[in-house]
Amino acid sequence: MEPSITKIEYFLPRMVLTTDDLAQEFNKDSEVIFKNTGIRKRHIRNPKQIGSDLGYEAAKKLLTKYPEYISKIDFLIFCTEGLDYKAPTTASTIHYRLGLNEGCGCIDMPMGCSGFIYGLSVANAMIYSENVSCVLFIAADIPTSVIHSEDFDMRALFGDAGTATIIEKSNLGKIGKFIFGNDGSGAKNLLVERGSTRSPLDLEYLKQYENQTGNLAHGRMSMNGLEITRFSLEKVPILLNQTLAKNNIAFEDIDLFVFHQASLIILNLLKRKCKIPDSKFYIYLEEVGNTVSCTIPIALFHAEKENRLKKGDKVMLLGFGVGYSWGGTILHY
Amino acid sequence: MGWYNFTLLILVYLSMNIQELITYIEEEFDEIEKGTIHSESSIREIEGWSSMHALILIALVDNHYDILLTGEELKNAVTIKDLHEVILKRKS
Repeated sequence: MEPSITKIEYFLPRMVLTTDDLAQEFNKDSEVIFKNTGIRKRHIRNPKQIGSDLGYEAAKKLLTKYPEYISKIDFLIFCTEGLDYKAPTTASTIHYRLGLNEGCGCIDMPMGCSGFIYGLSVANAMIYSENVSCVLFIAADIPTSVIHSEDFDMRALFGDAGTATIIEKSNLGKIGKFIFGNDGSGAKNLLVERGSTRSPLDLEYLKQYENQTGNLAHGRMSMNGLEITRFSLEKVPILLNQTLAKNNIAFEDIDLFVFHQASLIILNLLKRKCKIPDSKFYIYLEEVGNTVSCTIPIALFHAEKENRLKKGDKVMLLGFGVGYSWGGTILHY
Repeated sequence: MGWYNFTLLILVYLSMNIQELITYIEEEFDEIEKGTIHSESSIREIEGWSSMHALILIALVDNHYDILLTGEELKNAVTIKDLHEVILKRKS
Protein backbone atom coordinates (compact mmCIF):
# COMPACT_ATOMS: atom_id res chain seq x y z
CA MET A 1 0.00 0.00 0.00
CA GLU A 2 1.24 3.47 -0.92
CA PRO A 3 0.11 7.01 -0.01
CA SER A 4 -2.58 8.15 -2.45
CA ILE A 5 -5.49 10.53 -2.81
CA THR A 6 -8.61 8.66 -1.75
CA LYS A 7 -11.27 11.39 -1.37
CA ILE A 8 -11.87 14.88 -2.70
CA GLU A 9 -14.75 17.26 -1.95
CA TYR A 10 -15.17 20.95 -2.59
CA PHE A 11 -17.36 23.85 -1.63
CA LEU A 12 -18.32 27.00 -3.54
CA PRO A 13 -19.90 30.11 -2.05
CA ARG A 14 -23.46 30.77 -3.19
CA MET A 15 -23.06 34.15 -4.89
CA VAL A 16 -22.18 33.96 -8.60
CA LEU A 17 -20.69 36.51 -10.96
CA THR A 18 -21.54 35.45 -14.51
CA THR A 19 -19.73 36.41 -17.67
CA ASP A 20 -22.93 38.11 -18.83
CA ASP A 21 -22.92 40.24 -15.63
CA LEU A 22 -19.34 41.27 -16.30
CA ALA A 23 -20.00 42.01 -19.97
CA GLN A 24 -22.87 44.28 -18.99
CA GLU A 25 -20.91 46.05 -16.26
CA PHE A 26 -17.84 46.71 -18.44
CA ASN A 27 -19.71 47.12 -21.73
CA LYS A 28 -17.90 44.19 -23.35
CA ASP A 29 -18.91 41.21 -25.48
CA SER A 30 -19.81 38.26 -23.25
CA GLU A 31 -18.75 35.67 -25.85
CA VAL A 32 -15.34 37.32 -26.31
CA ILE A 33 -14.78 37.22 -22.52
CA PHE A 34 -15.77 33.54 -22.51
CA LYS A 35 -13.54 32.75 -25.49
CA ASN A 36 -10.52 34.28 -23.78
CA THR A 37 -11.08 33.03 -20.24
CA GLY A 38 -13.13 29.83 -20.73
CA ILE A 39 -15.20 30.96 -17.74
CA ARG A 40 -18.97 31.46 -17.48
CA LYS A 41 -19.28 31.67 -13.69
CA ARG A 42 -17.14 32.68 -10.72
CA HIS A 43 -18.38 32.04 -7.20
CA ILE A 44 -17.89 34.97 -4.87
CA ARG A 45 -17.70 34.76 -1.07
CA ASN A 46 -20.08 36.82 1.01
CA PRO A 47 -18.19 39.57 2.86
CA LYS A 48 -18.23 37.55 6.08
CA GLN A 49 -16.75 34.38 4.55
CA ILE A 50 -12.99 33.95 4.59
CA GLY A 51 -10.74 31.18 3.28
CA SER A 52 -10.96 29.02 6.40
CA ASP A 53 -14.79 29.14 6.22
CA LEU A 54 -14.78 27.78 2.65
CA GLY A 55 -12.17 25.16 3.58
CA TYR A 56 -14.15 24.19 6.67
CA GLU A 57 -17.34 23.78 4.59
CA ALA A 58 -15.51 21.55 2.09
CA ALA A 59 -14.06 19.41 4.90
CA LYS A 60 -17.44 19.22 6.66
CA LYS A 61 -18.99 18.00 3.42
CA LEU A 62 -16.33 15.29 3.15
CA LEU A 63 -16.59 14.24 6.79
CA THR A 64 -20.40 14.16 6.69
CA LYS A 65 -20.17 11.79 3.73
CA TYR A 66 -17.35 9.72 5.24
CA PRO A 67 -17.58 10.16 9.07
CA GLU A 68 -15.07 7.34 9.67
CA TYR A 69 -12.30 9.81 8.84
CA ILE A 70 -13.01 12.06 11.84
CA SER A 71 -11.13 9.65 14.11
CA LYS A 72 -8.56 8.61 11.46
CA ILE A 73 -7.14 12.01 10.45
CA ASP A 74 -3.82 12.58 12.23
CA PHE A 75 -2.48 15.55 10.25
CA LEU A 76 -4.17 18.65 8.83
CA ILE A 77 -2.61 20.91 6.22
CA PHE A 78 -4.36 24.16 5.38
CA CYS A 79 -3.26 25.92 2.20
CA THR A 80 -4.46 29.49 1.63
CA GLU A 81 -3.20 32.96 0.93
CA GLY A 82 -5.78 34.40 3.30
CA LEU A 83 -4.95 33.16 6.79
CA ASP A 84 -7.31 34.07 9.66
CA TYR A 85 -4.69 35.53 11.99
CA LYS A 86 -0.96 36.11 12.23
CA ALA A 87 -1.26 33.73 15.17
CA PRO A 88 -2.50 31.13 15.87
CA THR A 89 -2.20 28.74 12.93
CA THR A 90 -5.48 28.79 10.99
CA ALA A 91 -5.29 25.01 10.59
CA SER A 92 -5.65 24.75 14.38
CA THR A 93 -8.89 26.73 14.32
CA ILE A 94 -10.28 24.51 11.54
CA HIS A 95 -9.15 21.42 13.46
CA TYR A 96 -11.20 22.61 16.44
CA ARG A 97 -14.26 23.43 14.34
CA LEU A 98 -14.16 19.98 12.71
CA GLY A 99 -13.76 18.20 16.05
CA LEU A 100 -10.68 16.26 14.99
CA ASN A 101 -8.42 14.22 17.32
CA GLU A 102 -6.14 16.01 19.74
CA GLY A 103 -3.26 13.92 18.42
CA CYS A 104 -3.49 15.56 15.00
CA GLY A 105 -0.75 17.90 13.73
CA CYS A 106 -1.77 21.17 12.06
CA ILE A 107 0.18 23.42 9.70
CA ASP A 108 -0.61 26.32 7.39
CA MET A 109 0.83 26.72 3.94
CA PRO A 110 0.28 30.04 2.16
CA MET A 111 1.26 28.89 -1.34
CA GLY A 112 -1.28 29.96 -3.97
CA CYS A 113 -1.32 28.50 -7.50
CA SER A 114 1.23 25.75 -6.85
CA GLY A 115 -0.14 25.11 -3.34
CA PHE A 116 -1.89 21.83 -4.13
CA ILE A 117 1.37 20.28 -5.38
CA TYR A 118 3.32 21.50 -2.34
CA GLY A 119 0.66 20.37 0.14
CA LEU A 120 0.36 17.00 -1.58
CA SER A 121 4.14 16.53 -1.37
CA VAL A 122 4.13 17.25 2.39
CA ALA A 123 1.19 14.87 2.96
CA ASN A 124 2.89 12.19 0.88
CA ALA A 125 6.20 12.58 2.74
CA MET A 126 4.54 12.54 6.18
CA ILE A 127 2.74 9.30 5.37
CA TYR A 128 5.69 7.75 3.57
CA SER A 129 7.89 8.37 6.61
CA GLU A 130 5.22 6.62 8.72
CA ASN A 131 4.90 9.59 11.07
CA VAL A 132 1.21 9.91 10.25
CA SER A 133 -1.31 7.71 8.44
CA CYS A 134 -4.15 9.95 7.25
CA VAL A 135 -3.83 13.58 6.12
CA LEU A 136 -6.68 16.00 5.59
CA PHE A 137 -5.39 18.58 3.12
CA ILE A 138 -7.64 21.63 2.90
CA ALA A 139 -6.98 24.23 0.21
CA ALA A 140 -9.15 27.34 0.12
CA ASP A 141 -8.71 30.76 -1.43
CA ILE A 142 -10.69 33.98 -1.68
CA PRO A 143 -8.95 35.96 -4.45
CA THR A 144 -12.08 38.08 -4.98
CA SER A 145 -11.45 39.73 -1.59
CA VAL A 146 -8.30 41.42 -2.95
CA ILE A 147 -9.58 42.48 -6.38
CA HIS A 148 -10.61 46.07 -7.06
CA SER A 149 -14.06 46.30 -8.65
CA GLU A 150 -12.55 48.11 -11.68
CA ASP A 151 -9.87 45.47 -12.36
CA PHE A 152 -11.69 43.73 -15.19
CA ASP A 153 -9.00 41.18 -16.14
CA MET A 154 -8.79 39.81 -12.62
CA ARG A 155 -12.52 39.87 -11.97
CA ALA A 156 -12.97 37.88 -15.19
CA LEU A 157 -10.47 35.23 -14.09
CA PHE A 158 -10.77 34.56 -10.39
CA GLY A 159 -13.34 32.83 -8.20
CA ASP A 160 -13.44 31.71 -4.55
CA ALA A 161 -13.54 28.07 -3.39
CA GLY A 162 -12.59 25.57 -0.72
CA THR A 163 -11.44 21.96 -1.20
CA ALA A 164 -10.78 19.01 1.09
CA THR A 165 -8.60 16.05 0.11
CA ILE A 166 -7.78 12.88 2.02
CA ILE A 167 -4.34 11.35 1.51
CA GLU A 168 -3.72 7.95 3.08
CA LYS A 169 -2.18 4.58 2.29
CA SER A 170 -4.40 2.55 0.00
CA ASN A 171 -4.47 0.09 -2.86
CA LEU A 172 -6.00 2.76 -5.07
CA GLY A 173 -2.74 3.99 -6.51
CA LYS A 174 0.21 6.10 -5.49
CA ILE A 175 1.71 9.55 -5.66
CA GLY A 176 4.90 9.84 -7.71
CA LYS A 177 8.04 11.89 -7.18
CA PHE A 178 7.94 15.67 -7.10
CA ILE A 179 9.73 18.53 -8.84
CA PHE A 180 9.77 21.98 -7.21
CA GLY A 181 10.93 25.39 -8.35
CA ASN A 182 10.93 29.02 -7.28
CA ASP A 183 11.99 32.39 -8.65
CA GLY A 184 11.29 35.26 -6.27
CA SER A 185 12.22 37.83 -8.92
CA GLY A 186 8.69 37.29 -10.26
CA ALA A 187 7.00 38.31 -7.00
CA LYS A 188 6.09 41.77 -8.30
CA ASN A 189 4.18 40.33 -11.26
CA LEU A 190 1.45 38.76 -9.14
CA LEU A 191 1.29 40.46 -5.79
CA VAL A 192 -1.20 41.33 -3.10
CA GLU A 193 -0.05 44.68 -1.78
CA ARG A 194 -0.77 45.99 1.70
CA GLY A 195 -2.59 44.29 4.55
CA SER A 196 0.51 42.43 5.68
CA THR A 197 3.65 42.88 7.77
CA ARG A 198 5.85 44.53 5.13
CA SER A 199 3.20 47.06 4.15
CA PRO A 200 0.49 47.32 6.81
CA LEU A 201 -2.76 49.13 6.18
CA ASP A 202 -3.08 52.76 7.13
CA LEU A 203 -5.92 55.27 7.15
CA GLU A 204 -4.84 56.74 3.82
CA TYR A 205 -5.05 53.33 2.14
CA LEU A 206 -8.44 52.51 3.63
CA LYS A 207 -9.83 55.93 2.69
CA GLN A 208 -8.66 55.44 -0.90
CA TYR A 209 -10.83 52.33 -1.16
CA GLU A 210 -13.83 53.44 0.87
CA ASN A 211 -16.16 52.65 -2.06
CA GLN A 212 -14.84 49.04 -2.25
CA THR A 213 -16.27 46.07 -0.33
CA GLY A 214 -14.48 46.03 3.04
CA ASN A 215 -12.19 48.88 1.87
CA LEU A 216 -9.97 46.20 0.27
CA ALA A 217 -8.66 45.69 3.79
CA HIS A 218 -7.21 42.27 2.82
CA GLY A 219 -4.93 44.09 0.35
CA ARG A 220 -5.14 44.69 -3.40
CA MET A 221 -3.96 42.20 -6.00
CA SER A 222 -2.03 43.36 -9.03
CA MET A 223 -1.11 41.12 -11.93
CA ASN A 224 1.12 41.58 -14.95
CA GLY A 225 -0.63 39.09 -17.23
CA LEU A 226 2.03 39.37 -19.90
CA GLU A 227 4.88 38.50 -17.56
CA ILE A 228 2.85 35.67 -15.99
CA THR A 229 2.26 34.27 -19.47
CA ARG A 230 5.98 34.54 -20.30
CA PHE A 231 6.86 32.77 -17.06
CA SER A 232 4.32 30.00 -17.75
CA LEU A 233 5.51 29.48 -21.35
CA GLU A 234 9.12 29.36 -20.19
CA LYS A 235 8.89 27.22 -17.06
CA VAL A 236 5.94 24.86 -17.48
CA PRO A 237 7.32 22.88 -20.47
CA ILE A 238 10.60 22.42 -18.56
CA LEU A 239 8.67 21.41 -15.42
CA LEU A 240 6.72 18.89 -17.49
CA ASN A 241 9.89 17.27 -18.85
CA GLN A 242 11.59 17.27 -15.44
CA THR A 243 8.55 15.64 -13.83
CA LEU A 244 8.50 12.93 -16.52
CA ALA A 245 12.24 12.29 -16.12
CA LYS A 246 12.12 12.16 -12.32
CA ASN A 247 9.31 9.61 -12.49
CA ASN A 248 10.94 7.72 -15.36
CA ILE A 249 7.75 7.90 -17.40
CA ALA A 250 7.46 8.69 -21.13
CA PHE A 251 5.31 11.59 -22.33
CA GLU A 252 3.13 9.17 -24.32
CA ASP A 253 2.41 7.13 -21.17
CA ILE A 254 0.64 9.99 -19.39
CA ASP A 255 -3.12 9.42 -19.65
CA LEU A 256 -4.29 12.82 -18.43
CA PHE A 257 -2.61 16.19 -17.88
CA VAL A 258 -4.19 18.31 -15.14
CA PHE A 259 -2.53 21.72 -14.88
CA HIS A 260 -3.32 24.61 -12.57
CA GLN A 261 -6.38 26.13 -14.25
CA ALA A 262 -4.95 29.62 -14.73
CA SER A 263 -7.07 30.70 -17.70
CA LEU A 264 -8.19 29.12 -20.95
CA ILE A 265 -5.77 31.20 -22.96
CA ILE A 266 -2.72 30.16 -20.90
CA LEU A 267 -3.86 26.52 -20.82
CA ASN A 268 -4.32 26.43 -24.59
CA LEU A 269 -0.93 28.08 -25.20
CA LEU A 270 0.73 25.54 -22.89
CA LYS A 271 -1.14 22.64 -24.47
CA ARG A 272 0.16 23.68 -27.87
CA LYS A 273 3.70 24.32 -26.70
CA CYS A 274 3.89 21.00 -24.83
CA LYS A 275 2.21 19.20 -27.78
CA ILE A 276 -0.45 17.61 -25.56
CA PRO A 277 -3.39 16.10 -27.48
CA ASP A 278 -6.85 17.51 -26.61
CA SER A 279 -8.02 14.07 -25.47
CA LYS A 280 -5.38 14.04 -22.70
CA PHE A 281 -5.69 17.64 -21.55
CA TYR A 282 -8.26 18.30 -18.85
CA ILE A 283 -9.85 21.72 -18.42
CA TYR A 284 -12.36 22.64 -15.73
CA LEU A 285 -12.82 26.39 -15.70
CA GLU A 286 -16.25 27.21 -17.06
CA GLU A 287 -18.23 26.86 -13.83
CA VAL A 288 -15.66 28.09 -11.30
CA GLY A 289 -12.85 30.16 -12.86
CA ASN A 290 -9.33 30.30 -11.49
CA THR A 291 -9.70 29.34 -7.82
CA VAL A 292 -5.93 29.56 -7.05
CA SER A 293 -4.90 26.60 -4.85
CA CYS A 294 -8.24 24.85 -5.47
CA THR A 295 -8.07 24.43 -9.25
CA ILE A 296 -6.28 21.07 -9.35
CA PRO A 297 -8.41 19.22 -6.74
CA ILE A 298 -11.62 20.60 -8.31
CA ALA A 299 -10.40 19.47 -11.75
CA LEU A 300 -9.48 16.01 -10.40
CA PHE A 301 -12.92 15.71 -8.77
CA HIS A 302 -14.64 16.40 -12.09
CA ALA A 303 -12.24 14.35 -14.22
CA GLU A 304 -13.12 11.36 -12.06
CA LYS A 305 -16.84 12.17 -12.16
CA GLU A 306 -16.70 12.35 -15.97
CA ASN A 307 -14.92 8.98 -16.11
CA ARG A 308 -11.79 10.56 -17.55
CA LEU A 309 -9.78 8.64 -14.96
CA LYS A 310 -9.60 4.88 -14.56
CA LYS A 311 -7.55 2.48 -12.48
CA GLY A 312 -3.98 2.31 -13.69
CA ASP A 313 -3.99 5.76 -15.31
CA LYS A 314 -1.04 8.07 -14.90
CA VAL A 315 -2.04 11.69 -14.28
CA MET A 316 0.42 14.55 -14.46
CA LEU A 317 -0.32 17.43 -12.07
CA LEU A 318 1.50 20.74 -12.59
CA GLY A 319 1.05 23.84 -10.43
CA PHE A 320 2.60 27.22 -11.28
CA GLY A 321 2.09 30.90 -10.58
CA VAL A 322 2.42 33.38 -7.76
CA GLY A 323 5.96 33.51 -6.36
CA TYR A 324 6.97 32.61 -8.94
CA SER A 325 6.68 29.07 -7.70
CA TRP A 326 6.04 25.82 -9.50
CA GLY A 327 5.81 22.12 -8.83
CA GLY A 328 4.80 18.87 -10.47
CA THR A 329 4.12 15.21 -9.80
CA ILE A 330 2.44 12.19 -11.36
CA LEU A 331 -0.48 10.35 -9.77
CA HIS A 332 -0.86 6.63 -10.42
CA TYR A 333 -4.55 5.88 -10.22
CA MET B 1 26.65 45.52 -59.06
CA GLY B 2 27.68 42.70 -56.74
CA TRP B 3 26.79 44.75 -53.67
CA TYR B 4 23.50 45.78 -55.28
CA ASN B 5 22.56 42.14 -55.87
CA PHE B 6 23.60 41.19 -52.34
CA THR B 7 21.54 44.01 -50.79
CA LEU B 8 18.59 43.05 -52.98
CA LEU B 9 18.92 39.45 -51.86
CA ILE B 10 18.97 40.51 -48.21
CA LEU B 11 15.92 42.73 -48.72
CA VAL B 12 14.03 39.92 -50.44
CA TYR B 13 15.05 37.55 -47.63
CA LEU B 14 13.84 39.96 -44.94
CA SER B 15 10.57 40.75 -46.71
CA MET B 16 9.93 37.03 -47.18
CA ASN B 17 10.39 36.56 -43.50
CA ILE B 18 8.06 39.42 -42.72
CA GLN B 19 5.52 37.74 -44.97
CA GLU B 20 5.99 34.55 -42.97
CA LEU B 21 5.32 36.47 -39.73
CA ILE B 22 2.25 38.13 -41.27
CA THR B 23 0.96 34.70 -42.31
CA TYR B 24 1.43 33.37 -38.78
CA ILE B 25 -0.44 36.38 -37.37
CA GLU B 26 -3.26 36.00 -39.90
CA GLU B 27 -3.58 32.32 -39.05
CA GLU B 28 -3.58 32.97 -35.31
CA PHE B 29 -6.14 35.77 -35.07
CA ASP B 30 -9.63 34.99 -36.35
CA GLU B 31 -10.37 38.72 -36.45
CA ILE B 32 -7.89 39.33 -39.27
CA GLU B 33 -9.00 38.80 -42.83
CA LYS B 34 -6.24 37.35 -45.02
CA GLY B 35 -4.36 39.94 -47.07
CA THR B 36 -5.54 42.91 -44.98
CA ILE B 37 -2.37 43.47 -42.93
CA HIS B 38 1.15 44.35 -44.10
CA SER B 39 4.53 45.18 -42.62
CA GLU B 40 3.55 48.76 -41.75
CA SER B 41 0.26 47.74 -40.08
CA SER B 42 0.00 48.74 -36.46
CA ILE B 43 -0.21 45.72 -34.17
CA ARG B 44 -2.59 47.40 -31.75
CA GLU B 45 -4.97 48.42 -34.51
CA ILE B 46 -5.93 44.80 -35.09
CA GLU B 47 -9.70 44.75 -34.65
CA GLY B 48 -10.69 44.11 -31.05
CA TRP B 49 -7.05 44.25 -29.82
CA SER B 50 -6.84 43.55 -26.09
CA SER B 51 -4.34 42.42 -23.49
CA MET B 52 -5.29 38.83 -24.43
CA HIS B 53 -3.97 39.39 -27.98
CA ALA B 54 -0.63 40.45 -26.53
CA LEU B 55 -0.41 37.11 -24.70
CA ILE B 56 -1.24 35.24 -27.90
CA LEU B 57 1.38 37.23 -29.83
CA ILE B 58 4.06 36.37 -27.23
CA ALA B 59 3.13 32.69 -27.57
CA LEU B 60 3.07 32.92 -31.38
CA VAL B 61 6.64 34.29 -31.50
CA ASP B 62 7.74 31.71 -28.92
CA ASN B 63 6.11 28.93 -30.93
CA HIS B 64 7.51 29.84 -34.35
CA TYR B 65 10.82 31.52 -33.49
CA ASP B 66 11.66 30.08 -30.07
CA ILE B 67 11.95 33.58 -28.61
CA LEU B 68 10.15 34.78 -25.47
CA LEU B 69 9.62 38.49 -26.06
CA THR B 70 9.75 40.75 -23.03
CA GLY B 71 6.84 43.04 -22.21
CA GLU B 72 9.11 45.99 -23.03
CA GLU B 73 9.97 44.61 -26.49
CA LEU B 74 6.33 44.08 -27.31
CA LYS B 75 5.40 47.51 -25.96
CA ASN B 76 8.02 49.20 -28.17
CA ALA B 77 6.99 47.34 -31.33
CA VAL B 78 4.38 49.51 -33.00
CA THR B 79 4.18 47.85 -36.43
CA ILE B 80 4.63 44.29 -37.62
CA LYS B 81 7.92 45.44 -39.17
CA ASP B 82 9.09 46.57 -35.71
CA LEU B 83 8.13 43.20 -34.29
CA HIS B 84 9.98 41.44 -37.09
CA GLU B 85 13.08 43.53 -36.39
CA VAL B 86 12.99 42.53 -32.71
CA ILE B 87 12.80 38.88 -33.78
CA LEU B 88 15.75 39.29 -36.18
CA LYS B 89 17.77 41.09 -33.51
CA ARG B 90 17.09 38.40 -30.94
CA LYS B 91 17.87 35.67 -33.48
CA SER B 92 21.21 37.20 -34.49
